[in-house]
Amino acid sequence: MRRRTRALALVVGAAVAAPLAACAGSGSGTPVLTWYINPDDGGQAEIAKQCTESAEGQYVIETSLLPRDASAQREQLARRLAAKDPSIDLMSLDPPFIPEMAEPGFLAPVPEDVASRVSENVVAGALAGATWGDELVTVPFWANTQLLWYRKSVAEAAGLDPAAAPVTWDQIITAAQDQDKLLGVQGTKAESLTVWINALVASAGGTIIENPEAPADEITLGLESPAGEAAATIMGTIGESGGVGGPGLPTEDEGASLSIFQGDRGSFMVNWPFVWSATKAGVEDGTFEQSLLDDIGWALYPQVTEDQQTAPPYGGINLGVGAFSEHVDLAYEAAECIVTPEHQAQYFATNGNPPSNTEAYDDPAVSEAFPMADVIRESLEIAVPRPQTPYYNEVSSGLQQTWHPPSAVTPEVTPTESTDLITAVLRGEQLL
Amino acid sequence: MSTASTGAGAVKQQVPSGARPDLRDDAAKAGRSDRAKAEARLGWLLAGPAFVVMLAVTLYPILQAFYDSLFHFRLTAPDDRRWAGLSNYAVVLSDPIFWQALGVTVFITVVTVVIELVLGFALALVMHRAITQLRGLLRTAILVPYGIITVVSAFAWFYAFAIDSGYINHWFDWVPGISADLNWFAQQGTSLFVIILSEIWKTTPFISLLLLAGLSQVPTELEEAAEVDGATWWQRLTRVVLPNMKAAIMVAVLFRALDAFRIFDNVFIMTNGANGTEVLSLLAYRTSIGRLEIGLGSAISVLLFLCVILICWIAVKLFKVDLAGGARGAS
Repeated sequence: MRRRTRALALVVGAAVAAPLAACAGSGSGTPVLTWYINPDDGGQAEIAKQCTESAEGQYVIETSLLPRDASAQREQLARRLAAKDPSIDLMSLDPPFIPEMAEPGFLAPVPEDVASRVSENVVAGALAGATWGDELVTVPFWANTQLLWYRKSVAEAAGLDPAAAPVTWDQIITAAQDQDKLLGVQGTKAESLTVWINALVASAGGTIIENPEAPADEITLGLESPAGEAAATIMGTIGESGGVGGPGLPTEDEGASLSIFQGDRGSFMVNWPFVWSATKAGVEDGTFEQSLLDDIGWALYPQVTEDQQTAPPYGGINLGVGAFSEHVDLAYEAAECIVTPEHQAQYFATNGNPPSNTEAYDDPAVSEAFPMADVIRESLEIAVPRPQTPYYNEVSSGLQQTWHPPSAVTPEVTPTESTDLITAVLRGEQLL
Repeated sequence: MSTASTGAGAVKQQVPSGARPDLRDDAAKAGRSDRAKAEARLGWLLAGPAFVVMLAVTLYPILQAFYDSLFHFRLTAPDDRRWAGLSNYAVVLSDPIFWQALGVTVFITVVTVVIELVLGFALALVMHRAITQLRGLLRTAILVPYGIITVVSAFAWFYAFAIDSGYINHWFDWVPGISADLNWFAQQGTSLFVIILSEIWKTTPFISLLLLAGLSQVPTELEEAAEVDGATWWQRLTRVVLPNMKAAIMVAVLFRALDAFRIFDNVFIMTNGANGTEVLSLLAYRTSIGRLEIGLGSAISVLLFLCVILICWIAVKLFKVDLAGGARGAS
């Protein structure tokens, strides 16, 4: 009985002492860096662990999870930074939101030596996405791009070989129509719709914003142009009732596109590379036949016209250092560790997020996991970021409001309507 | 849940004060005795801390929102904060987006409250009359939808009706107009239908429990007397039961209308305001939190608050819902 009491006392004592000891540890020595990460398959947490180990007691990186949705991540970070939250040492930032964070000084300036080291061998699209006002304001981490994924059987029946020569939107629309198939595109009223609009406009040689660095009330849009009209024509054609977009188009996101593509009516799809690892995993667990995986081909994003090179979407994550962090120097040291080509290759192979550093593509693990790694790299070199402006949210939401549902998009009305709305909103004359 | 408990309490307090007006009048005429004064003082002492906390968490943010609404203020441009006067209100009130959101909000409020009132009353009658032995168990069971977090129930309804993963299109493809190709969340009508259905499923139990509390306060002698006089079931319901539980009905309508007017979760999850389904709370959220336009967003929030006050005023003044009458009568 006495022994049991003593054991109980020991347990209680340990329970009380352990948290105190932990407090003493963190308070007395090693600085703890908090890295706000977007949800993934555990890749960022693993890199944080590895960098903590290689720092040999200089710092400890702890991860803190942001919401799943990109715009919700932005909301949380912007609100915390506006309140001068010192707990944000490092943050995983979606590129379109970087100007909004950089403009009011929410990001600690990147030291020159760090900037030159982390820019080495980085693909052009990723470098452009990490820059604001001609200065590197974040550290490029991983870079994403959309490819054209196609069912080889459908392309063959249409006499197309997208891997050999670029294909146009008109060609894939006709091919899908002729074979009563559906195209996989993202028509839901969300950020993915902006991604599609931007890629269409840029592929037609235009830009959504002509002067992205101008103040809100001086911003001019480039949608009322042949490029804007071409983009609206393509989207309207796909959205037509009974058309190749299918009835699910107004609510179709990336996951829904993949489901359609994997189904019997799948034909062509524009989507991020996660679709490959997801389908492969589906084959491994028996959900899909191996023949589905064998039937999938990939190529560069479709062109709007035959003579104009495509401008694929650019996405990914860059690392920002909080301006109110108490350990800015250490945070940049940690950021350099996180983005080494080895870590980027490891992250691509395990989590499916492509590296921004070209060196990482030479890693054998990368080509084994993603046979299309070379096409991804090529796509990243010509990818065009979404409008880089501190008012990106207004621009993106305004586009979503006027270009949704795709069935209502027309070249005569939509570009003008969206220009009027976004301009009025930026001038503070209208709600969004 | 707090509204539920408040509502039930208010119903209970209504009936005695209505049944014995003489007591209240006498007390008022006689003036307050020492004991009554001491009790009132004790009441203030007991309720005082809660009252102060309530002021801190409700009045302060309301005043702050009103103050913020008088400025052009964007969270990511803290240095550009400038006086706007009432111009934010002018922008909001002159914008068709606001009026459309208000229209959708009112539509959802009216439809859900009317349907829930009828359904809730039917459920309350069943619980009150038909199944007396299982009343406790039934009350618990019927509360299950109300106990589910709205976001969770919104997702459940969304996935049930989704065109790719939902089962509704397959189960009901024999109904004219429903087929595997019906995308419920692609048009305004069908989107609002699912949103309203989900609201009704979730909050009818709340109304039915409030009405059950009212039903159980109707004196059985009155009904028996009417029955002896030869009144039919319908006559007893409309002439005896309903007039005697008018206070309970009005409290249920008021609480539920206020709740429905602030609808957010279902719309946010199911359509995020697409296809003309935007409601006022979502508009306020997207402006304040999404666009980080604190001034403009606060103006919408203040207008939303004024609408809520208006609903309360209409209920209290026009329909004579006396929320504090019972409490005053008792003291």
